[in-house]
Amino acid sequence: MRIPVSWLSEYAALPEDLTTEALDAALVDAGLEVEAVDDLRERVAGPLVVGRVAAIEELTEFKKPIRHCQVEVGEDEPRSIICGARNFAEGDLVAVALPGAVLPGGFAIGSRKTYGRLSDGMICSARELGVSDEHEGIMVLPEGVVGADARPAVGLDDVVFELAVTPDMGYCFSVRGIAREVAHRLGAAFTDPAGKAAEPKTTAESPYPLRVETEGCTRFTLRAVRGVDANAEAPAWMARRLAQAGMRPIGLAVDVTNYLMLELGHPLHAFDLDRLDGDLVVRRAAAGEKLTTLDGVERALDAEDMVICDDSGPLSLAGVMGGASSEVGPATRDVLIEAAHWDSVAIARTARRHRLSSEASKRYERGVDSSLSLIAAQRAADLLVEYGGGTLAEEVADVDHRRPAAAIVLPVDLPSRTVGVDYDRETVTAMLEAAGCAVESGESEHGEILTVTPAAWRPDLTDPADLVEEVARLHGYAHIPSSIPRAVAGTGLTSRQRRRRRVARALADNGFIETYTFPFVSRERADELGLDEKDPQRDAVAVLNPLDDSAPLLRTTVLASLVGAVKTNLARGTRDLAVFEEGLVFRPAEGWTELDAVELPVSRRPGDEAIATAIRRLPVQPRHLAAIMCGAAVDAGIEGPGRQVDWADAIEAAEIVAEAAGVRLATAQGEAAPWHPGRCAELRVGEEVVGHAGELHPEVCDALGLPRRTAAMELDLTAIPVPDPAPAPVVSHYPATLIDVAVVVAEAVPAGAVEAALREGAGELLDGLRLFDLYRDAKLGEDRKSLAFKMELRAADRTLTSEEAVAVRDAAVAVAAERFGASIRV
Amino acid sequence: MSNENEDQAGLLQPEALIRAVKEASAAIEAADGLDELAAAKSACLGDKAPVSLARRAIGSIPGKERGEAGRNVNAARQQITAVYEARKATLEAAEARRILSEETVDVTARTPRRRAGARHPINVQMDRIADLFVAMGYAIGEGPEVELEWFNFDALNIHPDHPARTMMDTFHVADGDGGFGSGMVLRTHTSTVQIHTMLTQEPPIYTVAPGRVYRTDELDATHSPVFHQTEGLVVDKGITMADLKGTLDHFAKSVFGPDARTRLRPSYFPFTEPSAEVDVWFSAHKDGARWIEWGGCGMVNPRVLRACGIDPDVYSGFAFGMGVERALMLRHGITDLRDIIDGDVRFPAGLRVEE
Repeated sequence: MRIPVSWLSEYAALPEDLTTEALDAALVDAGLEVEAVDDLRERVAGPLVVGRVAAIEELTEFKKPIRHCQVEVGEDEPRSIICGARNFAEGDLVAVALPGAVLPGGFAIGSRKTYGRLSDGMICSARELGVSDEHEGIMVLPEGVVGADARPAVGLDDVVFELAVTPDMGYCFSVRGIAREVAHRLGAAFTDPAGKAAEPKTTAESPYPLRVETEGCTRFTLRAVRGVDANAEAPAWMARRLAQAGMRPIGLAVDVTNYLMLELGHPLHAFDLDRLDGDLVVRRAAAGEKLTTLDGVERALDAEDMVICDDSGPLSLAGVMGGASSEVGPATRDVLIEAAHWDSVAIARTARRHRLSSEASKRYERGVDSSLSLIAAQRAADLLVEYGGGTLAEEVADVDHRRPAAAIVLPVDLPSRTVGVDYDRETVTAMLEAAGCAVESGESEHGEILTVTPAAWRPDLTDPADLVEEVARLHGYAHIPSSIPRAVAGTGLTSRQRRRRRVARALADNGFIETYTFPFVSRERADELGLDEKDPQRDAVAVLNPLDDSAPLLRTTVLASLVGAVKTNLARGTRDLAVFEEGLVFRPAEGWTELDAVELPVSRRPGDEAIATAIRRLPVQPRHLAAIMCGAAVDAGIEGPGRQVDWADAIEAAEIVAEAAGVRLATAQGEAAPWHPGRCAELRVGEEVVGHAGELHPEVCDALGLPRRTAAMELDLTAIPVPDPAPAPVVSHYPATLIDVAVVVAEAVPAGAVEAALREGAGELLDGLRLFDLYRDAKLGEDRKSLAFKMELRAADRTLTSEEAVAVRDAAVAVAAERFGASIRV
Repeated sequence: MSNENEDQAGLLQPEALIRAVKEASAAIEAADGLDELAAAKSACLGDKAPVSLARRAIGSIPGKERGEAGRNVNAARQQITAVYEARKATLEAAEARRILSEETVDVTARTPRRRAGARHPINVQMDRIADLFVAMGYAIGEGPEVELEWFNFDALNIHPDHPARTMMDTFHVADGDGGFGSGMVLRTHTSTVQIHTMLTQEPPIYTVAPGRVYRTDELDATHSPVFHQTEGLVVDKGITMADLKGTLDHFAKSVFGPDARTRLRPSYFPFTEPSAEVDVWFSAHKDGARWIEWGGCGMVNPRVLRACGIDPDVYSGFAFGMGVERALMLRHGITDLRDIIDGDVRFPAGLRVEE
């Protein structure tokens, strides 16, 4: 809402010395956010004066007609000025920018030669001055003193505030509402613009035959003005205010309705009476009925939309926008003025359904003062008669289905109890009256109460809490003191929350950089990741209205979106990467489309079962962690050629996470997309598979534009249990006995399985076991390999002898031999 | 034979011993290096050394002279040994210095063996905020990001036709046929967590929910369709807006520094009544100290309490919500939000935020 200070001051007696800053503060304190302050006085810099066109010489030798004017500007001699516009005559008053002036856009005016004449200034159009969009000719001023500053005459002597109005302050979509708030805040007198007209009495006859057939129409009033001058324009003061408020003058009838909407907050609609055909009917639309609205869009109506019709069908989308067929225009002689009030929910739905948020619908959705309908219609008629001639018809139609506002019982101490400021009864009453409420004092069994009836312009006030806010707001939030409640004794972060931090910190300490990506992925991503047709990771939640149509799905793995961050970095020239992301992934709940949506109440707590049933439809949203590595794992440097990332780095990354999480990760040969089928480890905690790690499939790398050998891991953190407190380890005080063992097995036997067999066979005395050599040789035989392990043996109560060590080793090998035909290599 | 005995006895002459000590000392002192010293030791103290021969000669002189001769020989030998030990210590020290000198490297000629990792500043920031509230006794709440509309809107007093619904342009989840009407959205605020908390816990409730939220804003320098919020909720007996103000002041100091303070401006949120915008006085702003918009807050609307089964006649509460990105941008002078979220590793690596 744009509001010029001059218009505001007509209804709020602003102090003479009020600065723009003080007014800004008053508006903010009232809850009206100041989005911008547009000081029109600064639009044009330098001399801008009223001039009188003394003489016009028509120059015809150029491609277009040009005027060479002599313009009096209060100096000894008139100035010579060239002008391309033709909408003025000798003797007219105009706005002249003299050399030294700078127009909006940095356009500096100078004295220069053009079209063979001297142009010693510029006669300005409204657009050139930044007054409005009007650029059909220059501004001809109705009055003024030659040589005087032209800013007041063209409307550049004002300051316009641009305000954001919250949904509960619908009444502040008007000069009336804002003036009321500012007057209260500054302790200044408020004059209600509604008082400019008296409410007329309804007559037996309507100005036009009318039937109201829907209860969504709370009030419908009509007035008619006949014989209006079709070419009449809005008076200059009205046109200026409309322009300052950001509306374009269109024609008197429309300008008047817009003007009153801005001043009173009550939308009005003007019909061309001569274009109506048969009775006016206010009803719900028939589904599929068509209406072309004033914005030129043909709309198929819904059975819930309210329309104003005649015999030809819908003329207007009630409370939202008029139609083209009954639009007032230059040929209109007889104007029918509608001032109606509509159910706010119905208007909101219609506006949303047709994606049509108009000045009218914006106000009806948030609440319009229904007591003003006839007054607004009367004022519109008065202005039409005054500026457009014509005669006001005596008939007054008023179909009134308003219900009186319900009174709210407010315990006097509720505002104090809620806000923490000690408001006495007088203060509470005064603030509520300032909000337009009627307040009656009383007693109840619980103590002093106030019975509060809100004004018609405050339909948002329905609950005691709303009244509490009005008291706090109008008294001033600045009075609220500062105290800190004593919270209950807390227990800090949960184990899982602590673990999340530890895991992230551990990865960061190991050279990984944390990042995050939007969870939106393309449908093609599943193909790029090489997911099998039946892979459950293809089953994704879809967003109905994605910002990017090419990425409508929610990720089912973190890797699916994290690859995007890797690509971004590669594109920017960072080749050696180790990144990770932790976040939610989304999988549709099983059979959710078959489950009925449960309607949960809001007036009371829904039952536990209803909540549980409703939540069952939600996607499963486990927390995952993924890491991607590519390029060099160790940089080439003075110590050597470095090392490129490989599959083992991915497993180590998973082990860093497991270690931070306090769990042991078991690895086994795995096979899953998007990993290389031969270089993928399945990761388990206990029996549960919690993720995979390894080298990405080369085709996946190619499809995603990642370098070959890129390694990645993904873990389901939700599936990793928080370990129970473990018993303390037994620490032997005796030195370890070390013994190496090399076993030869078939190529296909996994080292991990051999290790597990050795571990099992070695028994309790085994304190450490580590693979240190993998060796292949023709002498070992076809398809065989040698795996060498270092065994560290310890007993709790003695130093082991070498005989005991050899016995342990042999027992270990025996299990491996039995399981895999392993032979000891000597 | 007798000549030989006389020669040996001659070695026992004091002058001869003095000469032997003198010559041995000179030889030992002349040794340059531990190898030469070993040779000198062998020459001056070994079997063929004059003092060794002199010792052997003691047997050839008369018994009454042997005592004195033995003492003289021992004294000579001790003198030589002392010279040797001193020389040995000197040469060993020099050798140690030589080795250390040879081992000297250019410590600036080095290729780093490890890479620096980093956590993302947004997550660190959220952890810091969580820590502050944990210190105040709060719990940290969590919830799903795809939510039922009831949790995101209805329970928060934002009904389907409410004009406020348009304040939060929402990503909707497609229904089974890819159409409208799944009743599920990507949460537009973490207030959803408040609802979960109130449905499952009896007051008193002191909780903060940091997390990721979604709105259909196109990505630009100040907007992102995915961003982070920290929302707080307190429900207890006798909670007032003054408690809210005090809590926000404390919160502001932790995020913006000790001279931060807050200002409440009347505003509107369906889930709070009264509602306020919170401005914070930020003295370290890169363009000079000023009030900046920080977030929204208010007293929990009794309708919200009722929908969650909490009696508003017994309990009252406050709630607040702040954007995490915005505070981070202000504190670190970041002018383009996209730098935080485009995934470039140089951002987390370069912006260290205290954990």
